[in-house]
Amino acid sequence: MKHVDEYRNGALARSIAATIAREADPARLYRFMEFCGGHTHAISRYGLEDLLPENVRLIHGPGCPVCVLPVGRIDEAIGLARHPKVTLCTYADLMRVPASGGSSLIRAKAEGCDVRMVYSTLDALRIAEAEPDREVVFLAIGFETTTPPTALAIRAAEARGLANFSVFSNHVLTPSAIRAILEAPKTGRLPPVALEGFIGPAHVSVVIGWKPYEVFATEFGQRIVVSGFEPLDVMQSVLMLVRQVNEGRTEVENQYVRAVVPEGNRAAIELVDEIFELRDAFEWRGLGSIPHSALKLREKYARFDAERRFTIPPSAAKDNPACECGLILTGAKLPADCRLFGTVCSPETPMGSCMVSSEGACAAHWTYGRFRDRARRAATTRGGAA
Amino acid sequence: MCLAIPALVHELLPDGMAKVGLDGVLKEISTALVPNVAVGDYVVVHVGYALTRIDAAEAERTLALLAEAGAHA
Repeated sequence: MKHVDEYRNGALARSIAATIAREADPARLYRFMEFCGGHTHAISRYGLEDLLPENVRLIHGPGCPVCVLPVGRIDEAIGLARHPKVTLCTYADLMRVPASGGSSLIRAKAEGCDVRMVYSTLDALRIAEAEPDREVVFLAIGFETTTPPTALAIRAAEARGLANFSVFSNHVLTPSAIRAILEAPKTGRLPPVALEGFIGPAHVSVVIGWKPYEVFATEFGQRIVVSGFEPLDVMQSVLMLVRQVNEGRTEVENQYVRAVVPEGNRAAIELVDEIFELRDAFEWRGLGSIPHSALKLREKYARFDAERRFTIPPSAAKDNPACECGLILTGAKLPADCRLFGTVCSPETPMGSCMVSSEGACAAHWTYGRFRDRARRAATTRGGAA
Repeated sequence: MCLAIPALVHELLPDGMAKVGLDGVLKEISTALVPNVAVGDYVVVHVGYALTRIDAAEAERTLALLAEAGAHA
């Protein structure tokens, strides 16, 4: 596959790793948070952590929209699906996320609710057109990458006069979450995590560009390298961050130049701004309530807003108290630090959302990393004995 | 969730749609977010929508930088 295979060359990844090992100062710690689940998945799948020297560490961030959606929102979505006239459409990622009381959207479907998995908002629109007697609600989720497709669907529904289509918006914003992590020492609302830089979002940045991150360099003295999702993209970004640290620079740099321009996709930004506005605050799993961190439909589009069209019983459900998703999402703990990891919680029976999405830190670690841990521990023990 | 894949534009269709191919799999997607898409472009596809066009010249430059980053090992 062109524009994919070139960035998956293992030999070149090892050569770049050798350059990183040569340039990284052994007396220093290099702790970089990969914000996105897409990066977490690539890092685990290709074993990138194993290529890096011990003092260059990657810390998983909260950029997995499924993982940061609190239980209450899934409960509310199930509440919507229980309306006899509602057909609830959503992306596959959300189907198995645990709701309270052992429920999930896929269980609600098994109980007879009309829940349908779609690939695209285009499919949800098709269903609304083909079945005018159904109230089609699209359960929208995602960061800035996924918001323009939702906005286009609303615009299309308006143009086609579709009166039976609406959106339950859970779209969230990347810069607000990065700010919450960086302000943690000040606000005390999150466990502070010491970081030397961020591996910045790939496709979020395709949409919003890299300008919105500049404030983190100027205000917080942080480093961000916007990075593609392929393994060589990540390796190059780590090298760029290592060089920034060594040279004492705190800048926003763009590794993903083949797809990201500074201003992003203007058409997409304007469209989203036309249809959505900021919520005062939104609850994030693990990060708590973050001001101005999510989007709702503007008053002008109220008729397409499921939260205004339907009575949705509010849910105050809490996460499983033993689940460490919250601390894992903020980089304060590793998946293997959670008591539930690999015991009662696995991708087949997820207790927390980080185990559901393949981009979640726990699912990625379960699928690709849990035996590496063991190998690494064994190697350390052998090394210590010798 | 933000997974998006580069696909080759095979054919432009009415209403801002296009037929794209990825390793022999053909799919109809919307190009409403990317103005002036042409046959032969590679676009980044996410949940049925093109998000941007891949800049072939920048891709070449990135590959050259990657080769350089791994050169002295």
